[in-house]
Amino acid sequence: MSSCSTISPDVLQIDAARETERIAASIREIVFNQFKRKGAVIGVSGGIDSSVVAFLCVRALGNEHVVVLFTPEADSSPDSLRLGRMVAESLGVRSAVEDISPILRGARCYERRDEAIRTVVPEYGEGYKCKIVLPNLVDADRYAVFSIVVQSPSGDTNKVRLSTSAYLGIVAATNFKQRTRKMIEYYYADLLQYAVAGTPNRLEYDQGFFVKGGDGAADFKPIAHLYKSQVYQLAAYLGVPEEIQRRPSTTDTYSLEQSQEEFYFSLPLAKMDVCLYGKNNGIPAAELGPAAGLDEKQVQRVYAMIESKRNVARYLRAAPVLVDEVEGL
Amino acid sequence: MLTSSNVAQDVRQFIVSNFLYGQERSFADDDSFMGEGIVDSTGVLQLVEFLEETYGITVEDEELIPENLDSLNNVSAYLARKLNAAASVDVLQETAAGGGNA
Repeated sequence: MSSCSTISPDVLQIDAARETERIAASIREIVFNQFKRKGAVIGVSGGIDSSVVAFLCVRALGNEHVVVLFTPEADSSPDSLRLGRMVAESLGVRSAVEDISPILRGARCYERRDEAIRTVVPEYGEGYKCKIVLPNLVDADRYAVFSIVVQSPSGDTNKVRLSTSAYLGIVAATNFKQRTRKMIEYYYADLLQYAVAGTPNRLEYDQGFFVKGGDGAADFKPIAHLYKSQVYQLAAYLGVPEEIQRRPSTTDTYSLEQSQEEFYFSLPLAKMDVCLYGKNNGIPAAELGPAAGLDEKQVQRVYAMIESKRNVARYLRAAPVLVDEVEGL
Repeated sequence: MLTSSNVAQDVRQFIVSNFLYGQERSFADDDSFMGEGIVDSTGVLQLVEFLEETYGITVEDEELIPENLDSLNNVSAYLARKLNAAASVDVLQETAAGGGNA
């Protein structure tokens, strides 16, 4: 039975050395023995999760068995490529830059997205930037209805609630980015007989913060069981470059900088971590509040939000469903 | 004539055909759409668009709350408030126009 005095953010503290060795052993078993592949391909974004996965794969397989890929496109922050290269250099692994903008233009990703935006912001066009954001869902009972923030070339910003068709149109178009990245990763995996490492942490995996068939696709996901703060602990232990450890989590999907908090979680990730832990361990909202820095009502809203996102994520995580078992496989 | 029972019936029909795909599933007038897993947040937006188009109202951002939209009863009560408010404005405008002509 838990009590106020025992619940603190320290509940997420792990033995980083031991966890690293446990994950590394698992990666070796999966890649070399289970899948009989010669190494691992990782798409590295310059963020904490993909960097930690790259470090873990090198620890598990050796740097000669790891390839990291950088897949910038027209809306990517230049920091992503710079920090990604920093990871490759730290690890001494082979790397490749694949600019995916031409593929995205061929698929009309940007064009389709801009057409959807113009249904709610008719003046949106050349030189404009955008991102989509959620309202604050923690301080009041509200629905998770997205708005778009657009910035004109002169710097004026405007926020407009999205219609259903605009929202779905923007998301469907931008999802080309994650799916194209995965296509490139599997090109290298086929070429080298490697397996593809997925990089979701536990918050993302649990709450469906990934694109089905995009960053949701992989052969193994070595940090999907780790809370975000535990990923940071591994990063510090593994020696991931300081700048990457300090970098705020972004989606790097929209042309205006967009935090994961405003796009998906509605809460700083450290607090979200504690709330997810509380929900998973049946800790009443009133007891969890002090550890998360939230009041009881706020924690109740976060618990409801976690449940609601889990319902949506079930479809995203589902493998193709068969009508009958196929014998002999 | 628009009554709360007409509204509940129209909204129920919209919910059944758009979110339950026409399949029979009973839900009570005070059942929570989100709580029962009938409507998600994208579905709420579709419901809002249905209400705006069908009843000629504008749902403001601050009105996107469960108290207004999370059950048939809540939607009926919310619509009644919106339509009464709109009717009061019409009456006021008519009165003002009438006063001006006198």
